[in-house]
Amino acid sequence: MKFTILVLLSALIVCATPHAVALDRAAVEKLALGDGEERLEAIAALITEGDARAVEVLDALASGDLQVAGKRVLIVKGGSAVDAVTGEKLAALPAEREDVVANNRLRNAAQGAVATLQLVSPDRAQRFAAAKALSASADASALPLVKKALEKEGDTDIRALLAQIAATLELKAGDAKTRLSAVRTLGTSGGGNAKPLLLSVLEDETDPDVKLEAKHSLKQIDKRLAWGQRAGLLFAGVSLGSILLLAALGLAITYGLMGVINMAHGELIMIGAYATFVVQNLFKAHMPSVFDWYLLCAVPVAFAVAALVGMVLERTVIRWLYGRPLETLLATWGISLVLIQAVRTIFGAQNVQVENPAFMSGGIEIMSGVVLPWSRIVIVSFAGAVLAGVWLLLTRTRLGLFIRGVTQNRGMASCVGVPTARVDTLAFGLGSGIAGLAGCALSQIGNVGPDLGQSYIVDSFMVVVLGGVGQLAGTVYAALGLGFANKLLESWAGAVLAKIAVLVFIIVFIQKRPQGMFALKGRSVET
Amino acid sequence: MSGPLTSTFTLLYGARGWSALAAAGCVLFVAFPMLNLLAPADSVLQLSAYWVTLIGKIMCYAIVAVAMDLIWGYCGILSLGHGLFFALGGYGMGMYLMRQIGRDGQYRAELPDFMVFLDWKELPWHWWNSDSFAWALLLAVAVPGLLAYVFGYFAFRSRIKGVYFSIITQALTFAAMLLFFRNETGFGGNNGFTDFKRILGFPITTPQTRMVLFTLTGAVLIATLLLGRYLVTSKFGRVLAAIRDAEQRVMFCGYNTLHYKLFIWTLSAVLCGIAGALYVTQVGIINPGEMSPANSIEIAIWVAVGGRGTLAGAIAGAGVVNGAKSFFTQVFPEYWLYVLGMMFILVTLFMPQGIVGLLNKSRSGK
Repeated sequence: MKFTILVLLSALIVCATPHAVALDRAAVEKLALGDGEERLEAIAALITEGDARAVEVLDALASGDLQVAGKRVLIVKGGSAVDAVTGEKLAALPAEREDVVANNRLRNAAQGAVATLQLVSPDRAQRFAAAKALSASADASALPLVKKALEKEGDTDIRALLAQIAATLELKAGDAKTRLSAVRTLGTSGGGNAKPLLLSVLEDETDPDVKLEAKHSLKQIDKRLAWGQRAGLLFAGVSLGSILLLAALGLAITYGLMGVINMAHGELIMIGAYATFVVQNLFKAHMPSVFDWYLLCAVPVAFAVAALVGMVLERTVIRWLYGRPLETLLATWGISLVLIQAVRTIFGAQNVQVENPAFMSGGIEIMSGVVLPWSRIVIVSFAGAVLAGVWLLLTRTRLGLFIRGVTQNRGMASCVGVPTARVDTLAFGLGSGIAGLAGCALSQIGNVGPDLGQSYIVDSFMVVVLGGVGQLAGTVYAALGLGFANKLLESWAGAVLAKIAVLVFIIVFIQKRPQGMFALKGRSVET
Repeated sequence: MSGPLTSTFTLLYGARGWSALAAAGCVLFVAFPMLNLLAPADSVLQLSAYWVTLIGKIMCYAIVAVAMDLIWGYCGILSLGHGLFFALGGYGMGMYLMRQIGRDGQYRAELPDFMVFLDWKELPWHWWNSDSFAWALLLAVAVPGLLAYVFGYFAFRSRIKGVYFSIITQALTFAAMLLFFRNETGFGGNNGFTDFKRILGFPITTPQTRMVLFTLTGAVLIATLLLGRYLVTSKFGRVLAAIRDAEQRVMFCGYNTLHYKLFIWTLSAVLCGIAGALYVTQVGIINPGEMSPANSIEIAIWVAVGGRGTLAGAIAGAGVVNGAKSFFTQVFPEYWLYVLGMMFILVTLFMPQGIVGLLNKSRSGK
C-alpha cells in the first residue's frame, strides 16, 4: 500500500502539468470496473494525467459519488451526472446505475492522491488546504513527495507547514542526524500538535543529542504557545472591557450630570437588544436579500428607541425626584421591574434569537490555536467608534459644552443661562441611547432575554464607581482595567472567584479613593 | 419608685400605642395559637399551617423592615445589602438544622446530604461545632454583626455615603451570592439548605413546634420594635436624625459620626441576622437566592411603603407588600412585577411619608 502510494506520488512529480482535455478512458474504466490491484494501477495512471479532472474523479471515488451506467462512468452529485471521462454534463440521469464500491484501502489511496495532487496545484488556497490535510494524516511514504513540493514552494506559510510535515515524518524514520534536524525544525516552527510528538521522542529516543535537542525544542514550543495564550487573554480582556465600556458609558454620563443612579440602565440595554431583534425580524420578513446589513439599520433604531424611553422616564419620573438621589434609585428600580415585565408580556419570557450577519461569523487565526472571532472584533471597534462619537459630542458641540458645564457646577451653569432642565433631558436621552447601542452590540454575542440587563447592571455600576464621574477617561480606564483584571483572574481562579475578587478589590479601592480614579476637582464641601 | 421606668414607658409610646401593642400581643400569643391548635380542623375559625407559616414569615420580614428603618429612616443610609445579613443569619441557623437531620437524610450518612453528594469525607472547618444550638444562635448574630462592623468601619471611615454606599452594599451582597452559589464554599451551592427534620430534638413540622416558633418570632418582633423605639427616642436617636439631616454640622458640633453610624449599622445587621435565623426555621429553606440584589432592594420598598422614620410604619409596610406579593404571585403571577414596580415609582413620587404619612394627613385633615 505504502509502496503504491509512493509510486503514485513519484509519478505525479515526474509529470509537469499537462492539459489533457479528456482523461484516459481505459484508466477510468479500470478504476470503476477492475479488481483490486488493477484499480490501484488505474489511480497511478490517473495521477499522471495530473489535472483538475483527475482530482475530481479521485475525489468522487473517495466520497462514493462515482457510479457506472453500462460501460459509462459517471460522477453523480446532487441529482445530476457528469461523464467522468469527458467531463460532459448528462442531460438526464440514466435509469440503471450502480455505485462503484471502494474499500478503505482504495479510498485512502484516492484521498492521498488527491491531497498530493493538490500540493502542486497552481491555486495557493488549494495547496494550503492540501498541506493542512497531509499534516493531519501524512504517512512515511509521502515524505519524498513532500520534500520535492517543499523545494518548489514559494509561499512561506505553506513552506512552514510542509517543513513541519517533513520533520514529523523524518522523526519516525531516518538516522540520528536527520532526526536531530527534524527535532530542530519542529522546535522552530511546530505548533501545539508537535508537543506530544516531541514528548514521545523524549521517551523513546536512544541518541542523547537528539534527546537534548528535543528538550530544547519542547521549551521553545511552550514559549510560543504561552505567547499565543497571552495574546488570546489580552484580546479577551479588551473584548470584555469594551462591552463594559459600552454598558457603563451612558450610566457615567447620567450619574455625572445628575448624581442619580439609574437602576433601569440595564433595562435600557435590554430594550436596545430587543430593538435589534425587531429590526432583524423586519429585515428577514421583508428584505431577506439585504439581511446581512440589518445591523446598519438596527444601530440607529436601538439608539433612538432607548433614548426615547430614557427621555420619557426623565420627564415623568426622575425629574420630580431632584435632590433625592436615594429615592431616585428606588424609583428607577421600580421602572426596571415594569420594563422587564412589559418585555415579558410582549415578547415572552424565553430568550429570543438574534442572528449574526454572515460577515460576523468566523474569525481570524493570528497564530495556531488563537482565533479572534469577528463578532468580538466588530464589537471592540464599535465600542471605539461610540467612544469617539461621545467624545466628539462632549467636546465639540454646544450640547456637550452645556453637559460639561452642568456636570461641573449646576448652579453656576444655570446662572449663565444654560437651560439645565433641557440639558438634563437631552443628556439622559444620550446616556440611554448609548445603553441601547450597548444592547445592540450585546445581542450579537449573547442571549437576548428579559433579564439581559440585570446581568450587566452591577458590572456597569462598578465601572462608574471605579472610574469616577465627569471624565470619559475614567470610564474608559475603569472598563478596560476591569475587563483585563476579570479575564486575568479568571484564567487563574475561575470565573466566579475572579468576579468576587474584583468586587472585593473595588470595595477596598473605594476606601482609598472614594471619588474614583478620575474625579473632577471640586470645591464643594458636601459631595 | 417606678419613676424612671414609667417615664421610659410613656416616652416610648402613649396610651394608644401601648394598648395597640397589647392588642397585637393578645392576637399573636393567645388568639392565633388557640385558633391554630385548639380549633377543630373543619371549623371556619381554624388557622391553617399555611397561614401560620405565611404570617410567621412576614413577621420575620417585619423585623428586617424595622432594622432597615433604623438605618435608612433615622440615619439616612440606604443599604442595598440587608438581604445578605438576613441570609447569613439564616445560614448560621441552617447549619445547625442540617446537622439535626442526622442520619435521616437521603444518604443515611452522618454528613449533610450535599456533602455526601460532593464526596466530602468530613465537615469543613467552618462547620465546627455546628451541632450546638447555642453556637448556631451565636453564629446567626455574630457573623452578620462582625461583617457589618468591619465593612461599615471602612466604609464610614472613608466617608462613603449616599448613592455610593448603596451601590457598594449591593456589590457586597452580589459578591456573597456568587460565593454561596459555589459548591466549594460548603453551604450547599444552588440548593442551599432544606429538608430539615428537627430542632432541639423536636420534629420541626408539627403544629406545636410551628406555633412555638411563631410566637417566638412575634415576641422578637415586638422586642425589636420596643428596642428601636427606645433608641430613636433617646438622645442617641436625635443625633442619628441630625446625622441624616446635616452630617457636616453634627461633625462640626464635635460628634464623631463614625461611631453613631457604625453602631446603628451593626445593630441593624444583627437584627437582620436574628430575623434570618427565625425565618429559616419556619420556611424550611435557605439558599443563595436570598442574597440577590433584588431581594435587598425590596426591603427598602417595605419601609418606603410603610413610611420612613416610623418604626410601626415599617412593620405595616412589610405586611402590606408581602401580603400583596403572596396574593398576586398566587392569583395573577404575571402582574406582580407590574404592581411591585409601580409601588416603587408611586410611593417615591407621591407618598414620601408612606402609609403612616397618609394616615397622619387624613387624621389632621379631620
